[in-house]
Amino acid sequence: MWASSFPFADLQLFPVAASKQATQIDQLYWFITAVSAVMTLLIFACLLAFAWKYRRRVQVESTQIEGSTKLELTWSILPFLVMLIMFAWGAQLFFAAQNPPKDAMEIFVTGKQWMWKVQYPNGGSEINALHVPVNQAVKLTMASEDVIHSFSIPVFRVRHDVMPGHYNSLWFTPTKPGHYHLFCTEYCGMEHSGMVGWVDVLNDRDYANWLAGGGTGTAGSLVEQGRSIFMQNGCSTCHLQDQQGRCPVLRGLYNKPVQLADGRTVIADDAYIRESILEPNAKIAAGFQPNIMPVYKGQLTEANVIQLIAYIRSLSPNEPASQQGDQQRPVVIAPTDANSSNSGTSR
Amino acid sequence: MATIAHEIPQVAPEEVNYLNVEHGWKSWLLTTDHKRIAMLYLFSITAMFFVGGLMAVLFRINLLQPEGIFSPETYNRLFSMHGIVMVFLFLVPSIPATLANFLIPIMVGAKDLAFPRVNLLSWYLYIAGAAFTLYAIVRGGVDTGWTFYAPYSSTYSNSYVLAAAMGIFIAGFSSILTGLNFIVTVHKMRAPGMTWGRLPLFVWSNYATGLIQVLGTPVLAITMLLLAFERIAHVGIFDPNIGGDPILFQHLFWFYSHPAVYIMILPGMGVISEIVSCFSKKRIFGYNFVAFSSMAIAVLSFVVWGHHMFVTGESVYTGLAFSFLSFMVAVPSAIKVFNWTATMYKGSISFDTPMLYVFGFIGLFTIGGLTGLHLATLATDVATHGTYFVVAHFHYVMVGGMVMAFLGGLHFWWPKMTGRLYPEGWSKFSALIIFIGFNLTFFPQFILGYLGMPRRYQSYPPEFQALNVLSSAGASILGIGYLIPMIYFVWSWKYGPKAGSNPWGAAGLEWQIQSPPTTFNFDETPIVKEEAYNYGKLEEILG
Amino acid sequence: MADAVMPVAHEAISPEEEIYLKHHFATPGQQMDADTLGMWTFLITEVLFFGGMFASYAVYRNLYYGAFASTSKYMNVTLGATNTAVLICSSLTMAMAVRSAQLSKRAQLIRYLFLTMIFGTIFLVIKAFEYHDKYVEHLIPGLGFQYEQFPQYEHNAQILFFLYFAMTGMHAIHMIVGLGLLSWLAIEAYRRKYNENYFTPVEMVGLYWHFVDIVWIFLFPLLYLIGDR
Repeated sequence: MWASSFPFADLQLFPVAASKQATQIDQLYWFITAVSAVMTLLIFACLLAFAWKYRRRVQVESTQIEGSTKLELTWSILPFLVMLIMFAWGAQLFFAAQNPPKDAMEIFVTGKQWMWKVQYPNGGSEINALHVPVNQAVKLTMASEDVIHSFSIPVFRVRHDVMPGHYNSLWFTPTKPGHYHLFCTEYCGMEHSGMVGWVDVLNDRDYANWLAGGGTGTAGSLVEQGRSIFMQNGCSTCHLQDQQGRCPVLRGLYNKPVQLADGRTVIADDAYIRESILEPNAKIAAGFQPNIMPVYKGQLTEANVIQLIAYIRSLSPNEPASQQGDQQRPVVIAPTDANSSNSGTSR
Repeated sequence: MATIAHEIPQVAPEEVNYLNVEHGWKSWLLTTDHKRIAMLYLFSITAMFFVGGLMAVLFRINLLQPEGIFSPETYNRLFSMHGIVMVFLFLVPSIPATLANFLIPIMVGAKDLAFPRVNLLSWYLYIAGAAFTLYAIVRGGVDTGWTFYAPYSSTYSNSYVLAAAMGIFIAGFSSILTGLNFIVTVHKMRAPGMTWGRLPLFVWSNYATGLIQVLGTPVLAITMLLLAFERIAHVGIFDPNIGGDPILFQHLFWFYSHPAVYIMILPGMGVISEIVSCFSKKRIFGYNFVAFSSMAIAVLSFVVWGHHMFVTGESVYTGLAFSFLSFMVAVPSAIKVFNWTATMYKGSISFDTPMLYVFGFIGLFTIGGLTGLHLATLATDVATHGTYFVVAHFHYVMVGGMVMAFLGGLHFWWPKMTGRLYPEGWSKFSALIIFIGFNLTFFPQFILGYLGMPRRYQSYPPEFQALNVLSSAGASILGIGYLIPMIYFVWSWKYGPKAGSNPWGAAGLEWQIQSPPTTFNFDETPIVKEEAYNYGKLEEILG
Repeated sequence: MADAVMPVAHEAISPEEEIYLKHHFATPGQQMDADTLGMWTFLITEVLFFGGMFASYAVYRNLYYGAFASTSKYMNVTLGATNTAVLICSSLTMAMAVRSAQLSKRAQLIRYLFLTMIFGTIFLVIKAFEYHDKYVEHLIPGLGFQYEQFPQYEHNAQILFFLYFAMTGMHAIHMIVGLGLLSWLAIEAYRRKYNENYFTPVEMVGLYWHFVDIVWIFLFPLLYLIGDR
């Protein structure tokens, strides 16, 4: 009847901490748990002690006590101060989780019912698997093709919802080589529990071997893939070859401010580029009214958009071009400074 | 050790009460007596409890095996319907529509609630809402989870979303009308001398609950309507493909559903106050603070909803604000736990069944509430959101808390409502079974959650099996624990010894009238001269 | 506090009052107090109900300002303003109806109730014309929505128009319910149910009617007046 030979054989009670963040979060987790345990034991002890000492006996009456304001204030304020520690500590770690280091390796994840597609800067891609080198910060930039998913790697203690319509990101620095679960943790339909996979944290030698082995099937780097989509879909006609100024120039555009026709100024980050490809009418650049760019929604997948973004980034001279697939490690593409999960639809 | 006072009935066995004053289905289905309506509700929500419980039994069977037993489609519908039925058709109405409906008029010294016909209407609305939901179940169920997140629920799901959403919409009005009735009753129908400061804490709790019901539920109603339009006409309000925002759905949904969880605990807290003082033979310690804490919870409950959305990508500053406020809302609950415990100090404690449920409640609610701290803290919420940790947390507070309080209240007021006593041995035994079964079911889920097991999973990695098996074993014990009271309560209705007006020696207006009460509760309007829980004086009177 | 503890009736209750006094209330004053608090509480729930839609409107108007501005061309300010005036008049006649009941003036009461219903009906008829215009222009989401003049805003405008219909439509449903309540009041008034001793239902429906009016007072500027002309 049992799927495994003996269900208690591999019983784990606490997850491995395989990232820097995990160790930090575990410390906070234990602090909260310890405080909770102390509080629980205190209450239990009182309950048991009172139940015994004040059990009903003939001739012994209860003593009517109205209350004690001093006691009330003490047991309200003291616990609240302890909770403030939890709040501040948690907030600090949460803030840190929003800001990946500048040298983080950027990997792209697209969620769709019911699988994860992972795209590497070297152009490789995998389904339901992620290979990362140990001790290197990794930033995942994620979007959904359909419903809300949530990408979670328990041993790293990271999680973020993956939304249709804009990018979200999380980052981590793995510290222990190993083979770990990744899960979808936002109910997304029939095969929600099938939307799982594996994260492999590899030490330097194994990572080099994995890269060299080409197991992910490189068809040129992400930038090259993007260039070929750019050409195939006619983007180059307006945006590269056009001499009449019908379209915004893409060279040097990435991460620069753009003035829009309605007067606003936005930054040309990943989210802006994605929206401009899929919904060109949403933000029309000043001087380019009325919009003549066709709508590419439905013709390009999120994975294609990621490839195009990589290419467009490469057109900005201060953004390092991504490497070919035969490098020891993919060179980091500098992450955006602007919050890349915004596309005018943030709360 | 106190024994139940088996009083020799002072009146002839045929004394007129609200149950026997009239017979026939019309006298029940067209009644305006709040006590009869409470009984109608009791019957209905018990039925829905077992419907929801049956689904839980089924999916816990599925979770015995890592690869599952049922198909994912079936599993997804089972957990969704379990959530919808248990939240909207059981927990939200539970104590307010049954015990509070029965007791609030009596506790304030009135003949009925302010609007008896509205009370009956609210029951019919509940039945209509339940009918829509049952229709959805029978036709195959909904598979969106009780949270109905867009765009899955609005665009992708192939299940009976509309029927379920309409069921919830209608049942929501039942809840609003109940709350409205309580608010007006407490404001306008108190007997002479029954000042706000003399109200039983059960009344304070249900009054605060009524405030939440009245202010929060309409937002759920409009959310369900917007979802329905999206589903029928694809208008796009939550569809990201045309610029709609699924996060807006979450904000609207949680704006109600967070306060809703306080609808699902405050009445239970009121019950605990009543029982702990009676079985410690002591006034409640810190009456003012306990009453004030109910109001504080009601107010604060409306400003914490964003803690369900920490990992959606809302701004860090939004997250900060909601995290801080969520810690604040923990304080009044803690105040109550401390006050109940302090009430036992220097009391004279007896361990009748209602008191056993109080001990269970305080223990389990404390654990459940404290694990809320892990979830209010931003960084640890990231690690536990969407996992079994959350499932364990809310079952500790809702089942270990509210359901235990409900059972405690049923056992406490059963003699008043039915005039009968139940067998104490069996009631204590089932309380113990429920306590053991509950912990075995849900404690392993905290561990599973931090290990990373996501919620709403039909299948899971094999290393999680041991804990899942423990949990399912616990669930079967818990199920048996819930069935036993059904049997002896029904038995007691006909064969239980007659209870007098005050078998527990309790303070409170409800214990001064006959069991079961007459239709208009009081022969004459009572005039209240004592503080609530005047156990010191009562001891002299009752001996 | 103004909310009374249940009063012990010191004076005898007159036979006229006795007819209206429900058994669970001690005095007519208590019954009136309770009914009034009940209606106000119900109206607060309605505020929250409409509030969800107002919140959605605020979000999308802020997000898609350009699209929002383009929709204002399709809002008929003349008809909207006329409707506003009609509703304000109807609130006046409703208040006069309550006054008539308080003064036991049955014929006047019935007249004012009818006037209120007429104004309400005029409102709904004008609304029907507006909706028909929208239908003809393909501006009803879900019924072949097309936004020919501003195709770049089509998607976002669809959401905004949905909110327009949801909010004004929900308001119109409340008006229809109000008309039903007014008809019932007129019938009961004809049957001599209301006089200076008992006019609570008239006052309660009055409160409801004024509330529905106030919702429109918010809708009109937000949907019709703000925008790009």
